[in-house]
Amino acid sequence: MERTITVNGNVIEWSEGMTVADVLNVMKYTFKLLVIHVNDEIIKREEWPSTLVPQGAEVKVIHLMSGG
Amino acid sequence: MSIAELKAKHRLIREWNYTPGQIFRGYNNRTLYVNLTDNTIAEKPVTQHMKDKFVGGKGFGLKLLWDGTKPETKWNDPENEIVISPGPCAGITQYSGAGKSLVVSISPQTDSIMDSNVGGYFGPYMKFNGFDAIELQGKAQKDVIIIIDGRTNKVTIEEAPAEAMDSHILAEQLTEMYALDEKDKINIAVVSAGSAADHSLIGMLNFSFYDPRRKLCRLKQAGRGGIGSVFRDKKIKALVAIGTGLKGDLNNVADMKAIQERGQRFNKEMKLDDQQCEMRTKGTAHLMEIMNQYDLLPTKNFQYGRDDSQIANIHSEVFKSKFTQTWKNLEGCWFGCSMSCAKAVDGFELKTGPYKGQKVIVDGPEYETAAGLGSNCGIFDADHIIEANFYCDTYGVCTITVGTATAFVMECYENGILNKERTGGLELNFGNSSSALELLHQMARGEGFGLIAGKGVRYMKNYFAEKGWGDIKFMNDIGMENKGLEYSQYVSKESLAQQGGYAMTNKGPQHDEAWLIFMDMVNNQIPTFENKAEALHYFPMFRTWFGLQGFCKLPWNDIEPENNRQTAEPAKVPEHVESYVIIYNAVTGNNIDKHELIRQSERVYNFQRVFNIRRGYGLRKHDAQPYRAAGPVTKAEYLSREAFYDKQLKELVNFDPAGKSLEERMSVMRKYREDRYEQLLDAVYERRGWTKNGVPKIEHLKNIGMDLPEVIEVVRPLQ
Repeated sequence: MERTITVNGNVIEWSEGMTVADVLNVMKYTFKLLVIHVNDEIIKREEWPSTLVPQGAEVKVIHLMSGG
Repeated sequence: MSIAELKAKHRLIREWNYTPGQIFRGYNNRTLYVNLTDNTIAEKPVTQHMKDKFVGGKGFGLKLLWDGTKPETKWNDPENEIVISPGPCAGITQYSGAGKSLVVSISPQTDSIMDSNVGGYFGPYMKFNGFDAIELQGKAQKDVIIIIDGRTNKVTIEEAPAEAMDSHILAEQLTEMYALDEKDKINIAVVSAGSAADHSLIGMLNFSFYDPRRKLCRLKQAGRGGIGSVFRDKKIKALVAIGTGLKGDLNNVADMKAIQERGQRFNKEMKLDDQQCEMRTKGTAHLMEIMNQYDLLPTKNFQYGRDDSQIANIHSEVFKSKFTQTWKNLEGCWFGCSMSCAKAVDGFELKTGPYKGQKVIVDGPEYETAAGLGSNCGIFDADHIIEANFYCDTYGVCTITVGTATAFVMECYENGILNKERTGGLELNFGNSSSALELLHQMARGEGFGLIAGKGVRYMKNYFAEKGWGDIKFMNDIGMENKGLEYSQYVSKESLAQQGGYAMTNKGPQHDEAWLIFMDMVNNQIPTFENKAEALHYFPMFRTWFGLQGFCKLPWNDIEPENNRQTAEPAKVPEHVESYVIIYNAVTGNNIDKHELIRQSERVYNFQRVFNIRRGYGLRKHDAQPYRAAGPVTKAEYLSREAFYDKQLKELVNFDPAGKSLEERMSVMRKYREDRYEQLLDAVYERRGWTKNGVPKIEHLKNIGMDLPEVIEVVRPLQ
């Protein structure tokens, strides 16, 4: 299996021990109103730093609208 | 001159007595008509048919404007109208963001239908004084004010020659003049424009709300499309609504308990604001660094989406430090709003212009203002933005429009289309704060290059081309207007859906119909044309609804319920949609569901499209966008994201950029993006029930219940 994950349809490199918070850092997603699914499972905000993202995972980082 | 002396100079033109209003379930069931040519003042009935088809707010405005004008009526014809209508839910204080009014008119910028929403007290006070809308027609001979006095149940037209023109003074003068005492000032609401509205096509209207803690008038703006210029063309100096004090249920609603329950639920949610958007401490300025981070902050006339080297100077924390953080930050532009995003800078010392050296209060800056007057002009200076914000407001011109128009001028200047000679000595490079401010002062004085810039981007493009100063094709590419209205402040290049969200709007490119950039560009939630078309159906229809009712959009999605993430469609904020349905039913006694909510909007939205068509607009060609909105116009733009664009060519266009010239890559990219926009138009028109030319189909109008004979008459020849 390739050492990648998919984030919002974009393929990015995966590394051992990668957490949800790491994914946000890599993607430079700084917006506050986010809903995050890892393989269709919702991850609570307080669990982002500790939740590991498995190799090959499909991550959805849904930015909710504000402003505009 | 003292207030008494100012008032002594008034001359009564007409006085009209009315029977007190009796609001029942959100409606007075009558509107107020004022004609300034023959000084008629009258009331008009609101029929059940009008409520069923047009609901209120913008719907009422469009209906009255349609009936009051002809297809060929120009913005400065006496028969053009300004209609202000708040909507049936406006004025409730038990749910946040319920004090909005919608203003409609024929625009001097677009020659078609303009609508602009605004907070402040005028709309609700006018309603509580007995009228669901005010319809202003005709032209006065001399400057007048119109007073709707709820104490005496009189409407008067008075010549008012001596008051100031600029809004920050005029609002204070009239509030002082008509209040019984300091405590009563909160019952006075003023609508005014300003000296730049006299000399430009981009004038806006200020709606006041008195701040008893500061003992000052605050101002909110109906900014878009030049309605302030129409106001001044009619020689209206101000409108004044004199209220008689708020009580709990002035709307005489059907079910107050239901509204209270939803209101309390929302107020609890606002405790999450610190972890979410920080609306209470920063207002919409919280978006500055977020938009920069996502390449969406317009920089140097929308060429770029970020400037990492300078964003710190206009970061939201900078504005937060300048906003006065009041007790619990409860600063709403209508009573009972716990979102409280009406931020202000107190004691700001002006460095330029006629009020130089004075310390003033500045309402805002909000995000659009800070991006438009700041980054988009290459001016990363918070104090410049605050000063320009103040002057735009008091002079009565739209900050969004001034920002985009100035940015266009600056790019023209940097490309040799303009020079010092042509601008009358102004060095209008990007980043030149003093010249940008002087341009604004010239608009107010009605002189120099300010007179030209004050006519907007579309006028300037043609004027510069006629003078032989520049290539019209290039200016069409970089001039950020559609339908004659300047773009608001988001970079849409990488979001096809947002390109439609801007250029397919009824009034022109304002983000209040749809803001889809995250859904489309970042989340990749709407990848197909059909997905995008569905979003460009639902969101414009949903958001139109706020303007029918008197609601503010911000409490819908600038705070999210804690469990929103677990819902099937979090982008729609389902719990808030449910609240709006419940509140509407609780105010009016009707019984709609979330589908009928969309249907209410769809009727009015399609009516507005047909109104545009009646005036010779509203077709596919009018939904065309400047290429700058869709892709990189210049080599510098392409090169700023070369790897990104090259990757797109390879992966999306199936074109290998290796070894190809920059010109060739840009040309292939442009064709790809322009083709996709055309495909988007097809998909959206299909979803909206329109022909390929963008005309609502008769069948669709029948389906939604907007097959009125006068509407069918317009669209039938175009089927």
